[in-house]
Amino acid sequence: MLKREYIIGELDTIVGKVPQVSTTWSNTDVWSTIKVRWSIGRMNYKVKQGLYAVGNPDKSSSIFVTANYKLSFDHIRLALKGIDAWMLVLDTKGINVWCAAGKGTFGTKELSYRIKAHGLEKLVDHKKVIVPQLGAVGVAAHEVKSKTGFTVMYGPVLAEDIKAYISSGYKVTAEMRKVRFTLMDRVKLIPVELSYGKYYLLLVPAVFFILAGLNPHGYSIDLAWENGSLSIIYLLVAYFSGCVLTPLFLPWIPFRSFSLKGLFTGWLTAGIIFYFLSRSTNIIEIISWFLMMGSISSFLSMNFTGTSTYTSLSGVQKEMKISLPAQIIAAGIGFITWIILRFL
Amino acid sequence: MDTLVYLKNVVTLQLDQQKCSGCKMCINVCPHEVFGFKDKKAFIAIKDHCMECGACKINCPEGAINVKTGVGCAAGVINGLLKGTEPSCDCSSKGNCC
Ligand code: SF4
Ligand code: SF4
Repeated sequence: MLKREYIIGELDTIVGKVPQVSTTWSNTDVWSTIKVRWSIGRMNYKVKQGLYAVGNPDKSSSIFVTANYKLSFDHIRLALKGIDAWMLVLDTKGINVWCAAGKGTFGTKELSYRIKAHGLEKLVDHKKVIVPQLGAVGVAAHEVKSKTGFTVMYGPVLAEDIKAYISSGYKVTAEMRKVRFTLMDRVKLIPVELSYGKYYLLLVPAVFFILAGLNPHGYSIDLAWENGSLSIIYLLVAYFSGCVLTPLFLPWIPFRSFSLKGLFTGWLTAGIIFYFLSRSTNIIEIISWFLMMGSISSFLSMNFTGTSTYTSLSGVQKEMKISLPAQIIAAGIGFITWIILRFL
Repeated sequence: MDTLVYLKNVVTLQLDQQKCSGCKMCINVCPHEVFGFKDKKAFIAIKDHCMECGACKINCPEGAINVKTGVGCAAGVINGLLKGTEPSCDCSSKGNCC
């Protein structure tokens, strides 16, 4: 269990004691953010659902709704620095607003329940809650209104726009509404992508390393070392191409479909490797590696549709219908060819 | 590179202007500026920008919007294929899922 260093006090209110949160980062916060980005021990990133106070809010203060995922919670409390406000934290099982809204845990039901359970109509006199716009996927504003009498106002997509939103008299500009997918956003996602392979990242290279020792006369450890290490380099390059290069250079890589983008980066890196590093390699072997590296990079890039913020399900289904079988077949042919080459 | 655009002509979004009361809720919730507004009614301005999140559909008080929603994510689709269900992502195991 995390120590709750972000709680700095308690406020006596008409609806009972409400914990008061800090609006600054502690070292523990910084460390836990790093860990969560790399998905280490991620279950610890829940905060307790319920009502919190920022500063010294009163009856006229705004209520900001968020999820009980620690990073969502942190973003809001840090953005509210210097402001007196309430925070209503929904129980989303420790999942961020966007995901939880998609699943419905950040939704009409939980929001209406908490508005009532925490006696918000006694706590404030304005009957409004501010929900992050991305929560709209799970919240039907008109239903919350009819269930609780509270009006849902959709706030900006990014917590960092909250100050501007408040000072403009709670107006969301078209700019604040838009979900972007900037280079920085994508850089932050790379650790998540890299950790995708998990144990396959050890298993697959190990298999290649072992198989690389096969030859017409039996087995040779020297060959395993020689060809095996090269194979591992090729595999890691393909992995890097799909998990790092495609996300990073996404807008500049030709093609719209993610699998084609991945094929492009995969072949580009394979081309560079074989041109500079392994020129003397047998042409059939090079082709088998192009098939495998292209497929790996393409598959991993396709996986990035999960974290991208603009891909539709219909689109992903359409591209996968062709690309998934193509990846499997190409990787299969590449692999079998590579095995056969061991015995020639 | 202001807006990234995914595949063309695949999105299932539909708007029934007959039902629209012009409340602008769909415009407020859409993260990709898909809707425009003309003659007191909303209309679909840039359909290819839609990511099928469904925010507009559930927030339209008149039920004027229809869209097949789901996770636009490959892992989710594979998950669904394996389990023989609708695409669904396993958020609990992933740090930053769809
Ligand atoms: S939310 Fe529905 S009723 Fe309101 S403007 Fe959009 S389509 Fe029209
Ligand atoms: S489904 Fe989402 S992205 Fe598509 S129009 Fe509706 S709100 Fe916009």
